[in-house]
Amino acid sequence: MSRQRLHQIGIYALVACGGALMIIPFLWMLSTSLKTTAQSMAFPPEWWPRPFIWENYTQIYEYMPFFTFLFNSVKITFFVLVGQLLTCSLAGYAFAKLRFPGRRPLFLILLSTMMIPSQVTLIPVFIIMKSLGWINTHYALIVPAFFGSVFGTFLLRQFFLGLPNDLEDAARIDGCSPFGIYWRIMLPLAKPSLATLGIFTFMGTWNDFMRPLIYLSDMDKMTLPVGLALLSNHQDIRIPLIMAGAVLSLLPILVLYIFGQKYFVQGIALTGMKG
Amino acid sequence: MPGRRKLMREESLYGWLFVAPHVLGLLIFTIGAIVASGYLSLTKWDLFGAPQWVGLDNYRRLADDEIFWKSLWNTLYYTGFRVPFSLLFSLIVALLMNLKIRGILWWRVIYFAPAVSSSVAIALVWRWIYSKDFGILNSMLSWIGVAPLNWLGSEELAMPAVIVMSVWWSVGTNMVIYLAALQGVPEQLYEAAELDGAGVWGKFRHVTFPMITPTTFFLLILGTIGSLQIFDIFYVMTQGGPNFATTSLVMYIFQNAFEYFEMGYASAIAWVLFILIMLLSLVQLRFSRWVHYEGERK
Repeated sequence: MSRQRLHQIGIYALVACGGALMIIPFLWMLSTSLKTTAQSMAFPPEWWPRPFIWENYTQIYEYMPFFTFLFNSVKITFFVLVGQLLTCSLAGYAFAKLRFPGRRPLFLILLSTMMIPSQVTLIPVFIIMKSLGWINTHYALIVPAFFGSVFGTFLLRQFFLGLPNDLEDAARIDGCSPFGIYWRIMLPLAKPSLATLGIFTFMGTWNDFMRPLIYLSDMDKMTLPVGLALLSNHQDIRIPLIMAGAVLSLLPILVLYIFGQKYFVQGIALTGMKG
Repeated sequence: MPGRRKLMREESLYGWLFVAPHVLGLLIFTIGAIVASGYLSLTKWDLFGAPQWVGLDNYRRLADDEIFWKSLWNTLYYTGFRVPFSLLFSLIVALLMNLKIRGILWWRVIYFAPAVSSSVAIALVWRWIYSKDFGILNSMLSWIGVAPLNWLGSEELAMPAVIVMSVWWSVGTNMVIYLAALQGVPEQLYEAAELDGAGVWGKFRHVTFPMITPTTFFLLILGTIGSLQIFDIFYVMTQGGPNFATTSLVMYIFQNAFEYFEMGYASAIAWVLFILIMLLSLVQLRFSRWVHYEGERK
């Protein structure tokens, strides 16, 4: 065997070993979610569920308000998406294309707040929500999204900056108002950037843990991750059901990721969000 | 031209209108909140009645608070191990992914999968993997004769266990950024190095590594900031235990604010965290001479 061939095999072996390490926890989650409770506690652990308990996935809602969690997560994520996309695209467009007094200093102030850790503002924001009577409601999680995020505004501003001005000039000569230009010309063009921001917002909101934990207290208001985490601490909960819940909570994001890989990579490469 | 002036006024008006929601958010949720947080950190307040001014008492109290020091140490310990190991492994993976191998897209999906998953789902399955009595980790270790270890239940092992899981979790994100950087290294630099007789290692040492130092620096800063703010995985995996061995600073803020209702004290810890983040970022910036910027004039 030639040296190069050996080299090739070595690389494949390395990639495969690393890949196995990455995927084993997921497989273990899936395998456990299909086991009987007794088998899930066998030692040494067994990889192959015998028999396959598909009912874990249909029974899950008898042990926890799974559909309520799911509905809450979908609802909150949906409204947060709408708020973020709307506010950030409006602000991003204005910062990139409209001339108004104070534009530059305002944008710099906005950017400089990116450094501030959210824990510093956590308590005052909690107090604002409390004084509005929004504790234990979804408003506390949804409404702030309508006030934008620096990441989103920055992302869209960068995109709009790259568009030629001719488009707007032409539209303006045709008597289109700035809002008309934004809504009918700019937004459709910004689809790829909106997709990137959308995916990141989706991921951040769907997986968010701390804020729902702080703001929500009733079980029937919980989102999927927080509900699962809280239930998993009960002694009498069955492990396969928790794992089934975890699998179901991952599905939407993994599917989104597989189909939207391009946008994930773009967004990450652009900002390096998430430590 | 009066028409032109009218148009400009209109543009300003729309400009302000368009940024209004975000600026309002900035004023209330960021600037207002920061001022309020600074004020609260100088008060004693349990959410009822009015905050009571105590000056610097909260900060003085920190000095004698053992759990605070422990959580500060834990946070630094976690950051100090997670960030370098995550960078090292993600660079290795990115170098592999940059080679021409078959099925590369699928490998990327696999390596990146943990990064998109919710911290809770992942922490739950790792908690199960680390389980003393039923975990696969102990089962695998028993093949080489290691007695079952109580990973998350022991003061010494809990932190390393969480760090290993965090490295696994964060490799994907860093890998994607490294990969983009690797693909940006100009081909002619490698060709030049080859002409000079550089081998695989020589090319890495003298071309790849210097060319991606800006990315490494970027990931180092972002990774440090992210790690200093860690909360979710500790909360789900260990709940800060045993005996505060895995209580992070943010977890301690959370406990003080929402379990003991010490809003003032919690705000003071949040400010310490803020200052810590700024300091560490500045130190990293200060010692960044190892970073090589290709276009820079020295």
